[in-house]
Amino acid sequence: MTQLALVIDLNVCVGCHACVTSCKQWNTSSEKAGPLFDDRPYGEDPTGTFFNRVQTYEVGCFPNTETVHFPKSCLHCEDAPCVPVCPTGASHKRAEDGIVLVDYDKCIGCKYCSWACPYGARELDEYQKVMKKCTLCVDRIYDQTLPESERKPACVLACPTSARLFGDVHDPESQVSVAIRENGGYQLMPEWGTKPANHYLPRRKTRMHIHEDELVRADNPLKKEDIRHGTNDDFTLDDWLM
Amino acid sequence: MHPAFSVIFLTTLIGVGQGLYLALFSAQTYGMAKLLPAEDGRFFAVGGIVALLFLLGGLVAAVFHLGKPSYMFTRAWRGISQWRTSWLSRELIAMPLMIGITFIYILFQYFGWDADLYGWKVPGQLGLTVGVIGVIAAVGLFICTGMIYAAVKFLQEWSTPLTVVNYFILGTASGFSCAAVYAAWQGTAPQLVHFFGWWAIALTVTGFFTRGFALLRNARIKNKSTLQTAIGVRHTQVTQKAMGMMGGSYNTREYFHGKTAAFLKSVKWIFLLLVFPLPILLLAAGLTSGNTAPLLLAFVTQYIGLLFERWFFFAQANHPQNLYYQTV
Amino acid sequence: MSESSSNATGSRIEVKNTTCYMCACRCGIRVTLRDGEVRYIQGNPDHPLNKGVICAKGSSGIMKQYSPARLTQPLKRKAGSERGAGEFEPISWEEAFATIEERLTQIRATDPKKFALFTGRDQMQALTGLFAKQFGTPNYAAHGGFCSVNMAAGMIYTIGGSFWEFGGPDLERAKLFVMIGTAEDHHSNPMKIELAKFKRNGGRFISINPVRTGYSAIADEWVPIKPGTDGALLLALIHEIIKQGLYDRDFLTQYTNAAELVNLNPDDPEYGMFVRFEVPPEEGCFDPQNKLWWDRELNKPISTHTPGADPRLLGEFKLSDATPVKPAFELLKERVEQYTPEWAADITGIPAETIRRLAHEMGVTARDQKIELPIAWTDVWENEHDTVVGNPVAFHAMRGLAAHSNGFQAIRALGILMTILGTIDRPGGFRHKPPFPRPIPPCPKTPTGPEDVQPNTPLNGMPLGWPADPDDLFVDDAGNPVRLDKGFSWEYPLSVHGLMHNAITNAWRGDPYTIDTLLIFMANMSWNSTMNAEQVRKMLNDKDENGEYKIPFLIVADAFQSEMVAFADLVLPDTTYLERHDAMSMLDRPISEFDGPVDSVRIPVLPPTGQCKPFQEVLIELGSRLKLPAFVDDKGKRKFRDYPDFITHFETAPGSGIGFLAGWRGKGGEKSMRGEPNPNQWTMYEKNNCVFHHEMPKSYQYMRNWNQGYLQWAQSNAMTRYAEPINCHIYSEVLQKFRLAAQGKTTGRQPPEHLRKRVETFFDPLPFYYEPLESQLTDKQKYPLNAVTQRPMAMYHSWDSQNAWLRQIHTYNHLYLHPSVGNVNGFGDGDWVWVESQWGKVRCMARFSEAVEPGTVWTWNAIGKAAGAWNLDPMANESKQGFLLNHVISEELPTHDAGEHLSNSDPITGQAAWYDVRVRVYKAGADEPQETYPQFDAVPAAPGTPPRRPWQNYFAGRFQKKGP
Ligand SMILES: Nc1nc2c(c(=O)[nH]1)N[C@H]1C(S)=C(S)[C@@H](COP(=O)(O)OP(=O)(O)OC[C@H]3O[C@@H](n4cnc5c(=O)[nH]c(N)nc54)[C@H](O)[C@@H]3O)O[C@H]1N2
Ligand SMILES: Nc1nc2c(c(=O)[nH]1)N[C@H]1C(S)=C(S)[C@@H](COP(=O)(O)OP(=O)(O)OC[C@H]3O[C@@H](n4cnc5c(=O)[nH]c(N)nc54)[C@H](O)[C@@H]3O)O[C@H]1N2
Ligand code: SF4
Ligand code: SF4
Ligand code: SF4
Ligand code: SF4
Ligand code: SF4
Ligand SMILES: [Mo]
Repeated sequence: MTQLALVIDLNVCVGCHACVTSCKQWNTSSEKAGPLFDDRPYGEDPTGTFFNRVQTYEVGCFPNTETVHFPKSCLHCEDAPCVPVCPTGASHKRAEDGIVLVDYDKCIGCKYCSWACPYGARELDEYQKVMKKCTLCVDRIYDQTLPESERKPACVLACPTSARLFGDVHDPESQVSVAIRENGGYQLMPEWGTKPANHYLPRRKTRMHIHEDELVRADNPLKKEDIRHGTNDDFTLDDWLM
Repeated sequence: MHPAFSVIFLTTLIGVGQGLYLALFSAQTYGMAKLLPAEDGRFFAVGGIVALLFLLGGLVAAVFHLGKPSYMFTRAWRGISQWRTSWLSRELIAMPLMIGITFIYILFQYFGWDADLYGWKVPGQLGLTVGVIGVIAAVGLFICTGMIYAAVKFLQEWSTPLTVVNYFILGTASGFSCAAVYAAWQGTAPQLVHFFGWWAIALTVTGFFTRGFALLRNARIKNKSTLQTAIGVRHTQVTQKAMGMMGGSYNTREYFHGKTAAFLKSVKWIFLLLVFPLPILLLAAGLTSGNTAPLLLAFVTQYIGLLFERWFFFAQANHPQNLYYQTV
Repeated sequence: MSESSSNATGSRIEVKNTTCYMCACRCGIRVTLRDGEVRYIQGNPDHPLNKGVICAKGSSGIMKQYSPARLTQPLKRKAGSERGAGEFEPISWEEAFATIEERLTQIRATDPKKFALFTGRDQMQALTGLFAKQFGTPNYAAHGGFCSVNMAAGMIYTIGGSFWEFGGPDLERAKLFVMIGTAEDHHSNPMKIELAKFKRNGGRFISINPVRTGYSAIADEWVPIKPGTDGALLLALIHEIIKQGLYDRDFLTQYTNAAELVNLNPDDPEYGMFVRFEVPPEEGCFDPQNKLWWDRELNKPISTHTPGADPRLLGEFKLSDATPVKPAFELLKERVEQYTPEWAADITGIPAETIRRLAHEMGVTARDQKIELPIAWTDVWENEHDTVVGNPVAFHAMRGLAAHSNGFQAIRALGILMTILGTIDRPGGFRHKPPFPRPIPPCPKTPTGPEDVQPNTPLNGMPLGWPADPDDLFVDDAGNPVRLDKGFSWEYPLSVHGLMHNAITNAWRGDPYTIDTLLIFMANMSWNSTMNAEQVRKMLNDKDENGEYKIPFLIVADAFQSEMVAFADLVLPDTTYLERHDAMSMLDRPISEFDGPVDSVRIPVLPPTGQCKPFQEVLIELGSRLKLPAFVDDKGKRKFRDYPDFITHFETAPGSGIGFLAGWRGKGGEKSMRGEPNPNQWTMYEKNNCVFHHEMPKSYQYMRNWNQGYLQWAQSNAMTRYAEPINCHIYSEVLQKFRLAAQGKTTGRQPPEHLRKRVETFFDPLPFYYEPLESQLTDKQKYPLNAVTQRPMAMYHSWDSQNAWLRQIHTYNHLYLHPSVGNVNGFGDGDWVWVESQWGKVRCMARFSEAVEPGTVWTWNAIGKAAGAWNLDPMANESKQGFLLNHVISEELPTHDAGEHLSNSDPITGQAAWYDVRVRVYKAGADEPQETYPQFDAVPAAPGTPPRRPWQNYFAGRFQKKGP
């Protein structure tokens, strides 16, 4: 069984928000998901429907501080708690690829699914009054009119650091599975047993260790500059000792 | 959670409706068993209408809980399709059922339709049967309503059988209070008023303990999720610096009550006062003095108290998603 | 490429390529249109710069296109209304042109310098500069002076190239990468692409910055530093690297002036200059190879690069005529002796062990992880090399270094550090991008005196240039500036990008003179690109005794209703980047790659909105009307139909074969770099993703300062004038020449008395550290903190608050500071506080952070807005909670011994010292309003701006009432 998902590499994410707005622009004009409402776009407290947000956290105290940029969209949980609670069946998980979707024609905007999502991944569209969330860009990834290389979510194509990988986490040979395996990929809030399909890759550090003796090497160029030139005009022991 | 008035009214109103129904039904059975003076069908029919009005009031409130009221007519019917998994779906079945049965109950009582169904040779068997179905519906609806909240495991404050128990007890208590007022207003036998009134007191006292337990339990809850598990960073000092948007979003609107801890605390004391001791005193005063006014005041106080209680119920629930929305 | 098709629902789908301009990075984009409206903008996968990716801003282009802040008609200020009130009436283009034509004709015929043209974040300096030069005014500059001229000048005067458009770190092969003072930078997407690859390949990334955000977030090590002290750190690193012998000796001797002998006879007029053994046969802007080394074997002087010679880098020698000499490197070593890690630790706040370790990491990586590529090449001295060698330590730095008044010398120190590590134009180190490297300094020069400005005559020289000695300054006989901004004067001799940030104040004060007409293009000079914004806004509106404006006529060419627009007498509405032709030209700042020149174009994907007109067309029209020689033929007849026609046919000189675009030249587009104009050039760009990329052979891609093949190729393609080596300047003779003049030791131009000491001090041929000027002149007890800004990745300067999507990410800004600052000053996280400098104060909200050096406070740049500007609701958070730090930054220094009204800038380059300001922060009173201060009266929406939607449902070009 296929389970499509995103793997987000916090080791390279610089928090640029490209995934945020590329998602918004793709999906707002999408027959599947759009439009995505914006309220007070030019006024006080502008707000709107987004499927993906990038947040920032600080870890530790100065000077040992890490700044972590943290993108989050629907994690397409394997055991998605948002699905069974939906009274209308609007919220569903597709058997063929594991994508969790909302059928807007069925949704009554009761918000119950969002209460049942511990991740805050769903947003009610305040204009259409239906629940919305990341669609994993279903309307891109299967679109045969797009070149193969572009049949990926908009945010994945946009991400300048390629911190967003996309693929089948059930296929052990897929790029995402390898990345999860080799880089300690993890899931958010594992305590709930929701088994999010999306994974995160942690920060990794490259350090350097220098041995003392590496600083004093035989080919140290300073040795070429030893003072051998010129004469000393003052008396030296040479002039005295016979 | 951000307490939505639609849900506050929905749950409290139908609670009264269901409770009142249960009260009427108890009086009816007691009456049949000759434990109380039997009332005529009109008494139960009119009482049923009052219960029905409360239930319909809840229904109106529920409409406002849907994304758009129009969904009530265009889409809500879909809501029953997921009864296998969704408590909300079950509630959507139980509620019209309850309303429908209440209506039938009213008809049966009003017209006094009867038949010797079980060969007991006593009148009221048909009414009783309809009534029992109603009881099942009312209790079922209590369970559904309570389970909607109790079943969300992420909301640890709700995720306990106490939630269902409290919905049941508090709803029933308010229903019995209401019944006492109704009975007094109808000028029925004082025994009936006392029956309702003392049960209301008993239920309120029980509710005090069950709700109190829930409060004590919630005060001790250790949140399963932490910022550490939320973002997967193991460090004792993790703080959010930006949530990704500054003008607010659904996540900030739906899940935060936006009030101070002090405000929350006062609401708690208000509801503890309004739902439990005051109504008990008023009920007792009304019952002992035989005046209707204190009874009415008792019910109104308790109902208002329940609005606070429900507000607090939502506000106190701390959704794990909030971990992601702490700093603008 | 442009494709058209229909989709299932019968909509017409078109895909068009052009170049993004949501920022100056200039990525290739692909725009999908549905029924002629924008549906989706994505990165162009076939573009060499961004390779398909796109950033947050680029992805929000739709919201810029349909922004309510868009100007759509030419406007003139309502008679009787004040500047700044923003009251306008629409006029026709004809009226606008006629007004300008009349005014400028008159100015040009009398005193061309009364017309000043300053341009902001544009990318068409080749055209605007040409216009100014043709007009004959010296008063032209682009944003460089207030942006990063220190970075450009400091590096170019040291290694012949710089970062960003000029060159950058080779992260493909680097093993250690050190990023200094960079938040987001111009090379936005490419840097991110490379940085991620670098990290994934196991490279080690160190960031030196008072603040840990953005890129720094993913650094393996964050080295917090006190602002303005990088010079000290860099000098200490050099100290330690020399002390440990971790420098690349071979590189230094062969490719730099490290081994060249400096005359140390204090009585010689040539004191501090390199000893020359012959007068070069040809003078030009190159470094003649006529200097001396001291040969180790022969123990005597020998001409540099004598085959087989092995020069000394250290020591002290006497020439046969008894002139004492030392190799430049010896002087450097002596200079940095005092700059120990312990010394730097006190200044920078970085522990000495850390500094030492950093030096060791750099030195050992450079030495032990050498890269050798099998690429044969020949150097200018005819030595054949089988391989290209690289020391894989790469650096990148930007305004954290540049935007300080000691930035030039700090950046010189960085250039020297990179040089002694042997990392210049080598794999894994720093790599140039054509047309760089250029000679040190590059050839273009400004005029040199007032007589070069004549009525009805083009300027006798370039409006901006690269002074090599005092005679290149643009001053009168008394040494006073000819330019309004005092660029190229003794106050800021190497102000190679001008000092736009002083233009308004100078014009207002009439110092050095008053002007008549100021044309501002694409710069928000009453707000975020001006220091002292509150006062400057008053100056713009200030009148003399006769009630005349001190700056009589102000034209603003902008696409949006920025804060600046409100002050205009005449507003010229520009198109957006999706609606115009544009050329990212080799004559300006192209988007070249390490492997060869790249230029690109914009081709409209949408028709202009309303009466918007590309500013390019405005300039062509005005040039033709004013009959500027480049725009008309001998008979005074208009030469170019429009801008595309101009780009196609313009040549730098008749028959030069060099024009704005290097691709598809020649009659049929068969030639590259140079060739006759090709009438179909635009179509060919269009077919090729709007970009021309000339990939050079591998053997030309490295060591270009000394690569014979490359230099000859560059020369034959007119990218450089000389195919002479460009040795790195460990020791700068250019600076020494100015110093000698200041010391009165030269016969040529000398600074006015009051500036002698200043020039002598700062024009040190070797890098040195001094405290930023403002700090020197500030009571640091009273103002203990440094305040800096930085770029958020999802906002471009002031111009994205109109963007419905981006402004949801940055709706207002906080002042970030370490909790200890709050604890000491009695305020908490989220409190309203005052930030006060000696110049003024601003009220804002504090936000505690552990990711900031405790002596520094910072905020995101240019989020705060004036009420009503950008057609935002006057209650918008940007103007109520957002704040602009510029109000507490001064454009001038306090009066001191070098005089009054000196720009708050680097004394060498005139680089605006944005990040020098010192502040204190304290809690705002409980009775004060919880809103930012200062507040300005709200301006109304300009006529013709689209309505401000209370809510929106964008769907492929339409703002829908309903979902689909
Ligand atoms: N405190 C502080 N101040 C700073 C800096 C800092 O770091 N700290 N940084 C400085 C630096 S480096 C710079 S470069 C400046 C930037 O400052 P500015 O050059 O003023 O840049 P912008 O704010 O982008 O505004 C440029 C103007 O261009 C307009 N514009 C946008 N697109 C178009 C277009 O297509 N056509 C036309 N005609 N106009 C257009 C916008 O509406 C805006 O009015 O700010 C400087 N100011
Ligand atoms: N998204 C986005 N991209 C942009 C722009 C934008 O507005 N938005 N603007 C463009 C422009 S015009 C420019 S000039 C570039 C500028 O690109 P950058 O130079 O990267 O921009 P700044 O934001 O000025 O970054 C200054 C950095 O230097 C740090 N800093 C300040 N003082 C010191 C110091 O003394 N030492 C050190 N080591 N660090 C210090 C600050 O903390 C900050 O991180 O960005 C360009 N790219
Ligand atoms: S992240 Fe939330 S919305 Fe998405 S599948 Fe999991 S529970 Fe459902
Ligand atoms: S909001 Fe829509 S999707 Fe969510 S539970 Fe209700 S009906 Fe289902
Ligand atoms: S997969 Fe598609 S819908 Fe989901 S966050 Fe990315 S762009 Fe948005
Ligand atoms: S686009 Fe990539 S780098 Fe940028 S915030 Fe999203 S995941 Fe991080
Ligand atoms: S980096 Fe600049 S040019 Fe590139 S996509 Fe982003 S905004 Fe456009
Ligand atoms: Mo800049």
